[in-house]
Amino acid sequence: MAATIECGGATNTSENNMSVKKALSVASPLTLRIVAECPVTKARVCDLILPHCTVNTPVFMPVGTQGTLKGITVDQLEDLGCQICLGNTYHLGMRPGPDLIEKANDLHGFMNWKRNLLTDSGGFQMVSLVELSEVTEEGVKFKSPYDGKEILLSPEKSISIQNSLGSDIMMQLDDVVSSTVTGPRVEEAMHRSVRWLDRCIAANKNPHKQNLFAIIQGGLNSKLRKACLDEMTKRDVPGFAIGGLSGGEEKDDFWRMVTLSTDHLPREKPRYLMGVGYAVDLVVCVALGCDMFDCVFPTRTARFGSALVPWGSLQVKQKQYAKDFQPIDPDCQCPTCKRHSRAYLHALFKSDTAAMHHVTIHNISYQLTLMRSVRQSIMEGRFPEFIQSFMKRMFPSRDQYPSWTVDALASVNITLQ
Amino acid sequence: MAGGRMQLELSRVVQGRSRLGVLKGLGRTGQHSLEVPGCLLYTHFGTVPHLTQDTLHTLRNLPSVTQVTLSNIAEHQEVLEEFKDGFRKFAGLHDTVVYCSLHDPATLCPTGYTTNKTVSVWGSGGRIELTVAKFMALQKTVQPDWYQSMADGETWQNSTSRKRVRKSVDRTLAHLDECLLVHQKSQELDGVEVFGVVEGGDILEERVRSARETAKRPVAGFCLDGLQTASMDQRLRTQLITAVNKELPEDKPRLLQGVGRPDEVLACVEAGVDLFESFFPFQVTERGCALCFSFDISPDPERAGRAPPEVLELSEEKDAAGDTKQNGDLNHDDQTQMTSFEINLKDKRYQDDFRPLVEGCGCYCCKNHQRAYLHHLLVTNELLAGVLLMIHNTSHYHGFFSALREALAKDKLDLLKTRVLRAGAQQMEREEQDG
Repeated sequence: MAATIECGGATNTSENNMSVKKALSVASPLTLRIVAECPVTKARVCDLILPHCTVNTPVFMPVGTQGTLKGITVDQLEDLGCQICLGNTYHLGMRPGPDLIEKANDLHGFMNWKRNLLTDSGGFQMVSLVELSEVTEEGVKFKSPYDGKEILLSPEKSISIQNSLGSDIMMQLDDVVSSTVTGPRVEEAMHRSVRWLDRCIAANKNPHKQNLFAIIQGGLNSKLRKACLDEMTKRDVPGFAIGGLSGGEEKDDFWRMVTLSTDHLPREKPRYLMGVGYAVDLVVCVALGCDMFDCVFPTRTARFGSALVPWGSLQVKQKQYAKDFQPIDPDCQCPTCKRHSRAYLHALFKSDTAAMHHVTIHNISYQLTLMRSVRQSIMEGRFPEFIQSFMKRMFPSRDQYPSWTVDALASVNITLQ
Repeated sequence: MAGGRMQLELSRVVQGRSRLGVLKGLGRTGQHSLEVPGCLLYTHFGTVPHLTQDTLHTLRNLPSVTQVTLSNIAEHQEVLEEFKDGFRKFAGLHDTVVYCSLHDPATLCPTGYTTNKTVSVWGSGGRIELTVAKFMALQKTVQPDWYQSMADGETWQNSTSRKRVRKSVDRTLAHLDECLLVHQKSQELDGVEVFGVVEGGDILEERVRSARETAKRPVAGFCLDGLQTASMDQRLRTQLITAVNKELPEDKPRLLQGVGRPDEVLACVEAGVDLFESFFPFQVTERGCALCFSFDISPDPERAGRAPPEVLELSEEKDAAGDTKQNGDLNHDDQTQMTSFEINLKDKRYQDDFRPLVEGCGCYCCKNHQRAYLHHLLVTNELLAGVLLMIHNTSHYHGFFSALREALAKDKLDLLKTRVLRAGAQQMEREEQDG
């Protein structure tokens, strides 16, 4: 399914809007409008028009694994400005299962989320959560952790579940291999992922409503990655994800694979870097040309009392905050910071689960606000300056900047000061 | 007494006992009021369990009085002292009256730690011993609008001896006198109300004695302690409360501690109680259940057609849950057992039930979500379950109190009782048998 595109941003004439609307209603459930491009780095600002609403990129997508965002209501999520979040096919496919969700008017209806949803394929959970899984050409065979039954997750099955979930963006089932693995297995997985992509495309019952993204594999091997890019970009999919990274690999290898991928992905389609969510990684990878990101980290770490701030993180449960009457971040406008102090949250962690919710809200707000600021700076032609001050705020001194960030940014014409 | 302006205005007294009215003059500037019979807003350290201010304020008509407890607060005394500006500000509370009680009504404390001069509370780090001096220092730091005086209520167990009960009455009176002395000398507590606490276990004479003596002191109202759900059956409770209330001035409010089940609330209102703590919705939430009992007393023929409580379904649920009580000896798990006023959403039958928790309920949960979704959240252990259930259960419970006041105003208490108790009928039967 071709994605329709509009470039050169500024012309927001009603004619343009009309043609966008027309394109949407005819066949394409995804339209990418490139609003601005950074003249220095590879960063871009886009409007990603999806069935439920427009998503402004670069975007961070919070993860709501089991059809809920860990203690946050959909209203709260909407109020924070979230336009798209994730659900997990593996978890939801197990409980409550695709049939029930279909009955509930798909995942949107089940959760009562009116904006966009992206579902992954289930492949990653398969490999990371399930003890004994076996990958064959057919699919991934594993034993259900709930009733011990043997299940096969094939490309067809994954797409079938995702069709039932009704997500706006679906991910292909890929043959996931840990980024620390080397040798022939990596190549095998890459080729298989291409074959599985074709099977996923064929299996998609709702190409007019649901967008299927390909996932570029190839591990940390440039040749394999390039081969994968060459093959997958031949397929007419509305978007591409960069997969197989953000595992335990060295950051030095990580960024090179990211930039190699964006170099060879079509400009007019969105690029989704999977599993990336640390602030520094987000900013650098936007500079390297990525548009979309997801990660469980901000929401997971919140539940342990770890609040994300422009200068790193703040462990609210630590003793030093017991008498600290400032909010988590005095400059933050989220509901938590507008009303509560570090001291109150510190104490509340001993009394009630709501403490976790307060920090979760703050962390989501932090991530979304960060992306909004990045976007704004690109649109105003000052992204390079933004990066400089962002790094300055995040690290105590220049020699503390991780070397991979220096190298990565240098590759896109940013010399960190 | 350096008290405030709390004043109880009764508009009706039904059958000589049930009282309807408004408690006025609450808060430092006296601008708040609370309708009675009514309940306070139950919190953990100023937070309604599971809720942030956003989710809390999806609820309309919240009680104007927020309850905080020393069991949550005591361990943070140092922090509050450094903060200086009182608990309300520290917690970022909305504009509300703050009432400070000693214990958290949802948890029964271990017994055996009370002495002549001290009571103990249990914080997250363990036991904290309070003398009157420390208790009052805490009040000065918390700066509530109203608090209960220090009390020895360790008589709720069945096996409490007469001697022990007598001691609890004596100690509580002594604590009250000491508290009042400190209170009167403290500028920080100027305008703050104090409630005396009536003890007496399950011994009528001691109850009467405690009530008479407490009534002699210059307090703004009375807490009735040691009558918790787990401590005795409703018949005895009613008997004791009735006797106590005879000794208390009509124009001062009576707050019953530790009782929250709808059938008990009704019986206690009929015995002359004005205020309750709202920890019951929290307990229901914690066991993954949703309150659903009907309190609809409207004569509107259109609304009369609305589905009544699913009596059959409820009794099936109860049978599945098993007996709630052994004969005689009450175990303190009683409070955590499912009641017939609620449905257990973990039950498989709700897996594909796409109705709201309660048809016609206007709360955020019922307007936005379905039973099937709640079931899923509970089965997958998701945090959102607690949030949504707390919203619904709180809303439903406050709706019940609203209906109760309406019933008293319109002489429809019997109708309300029929509605509410039909659901709990089997429960009451069992209690009668055992009592």
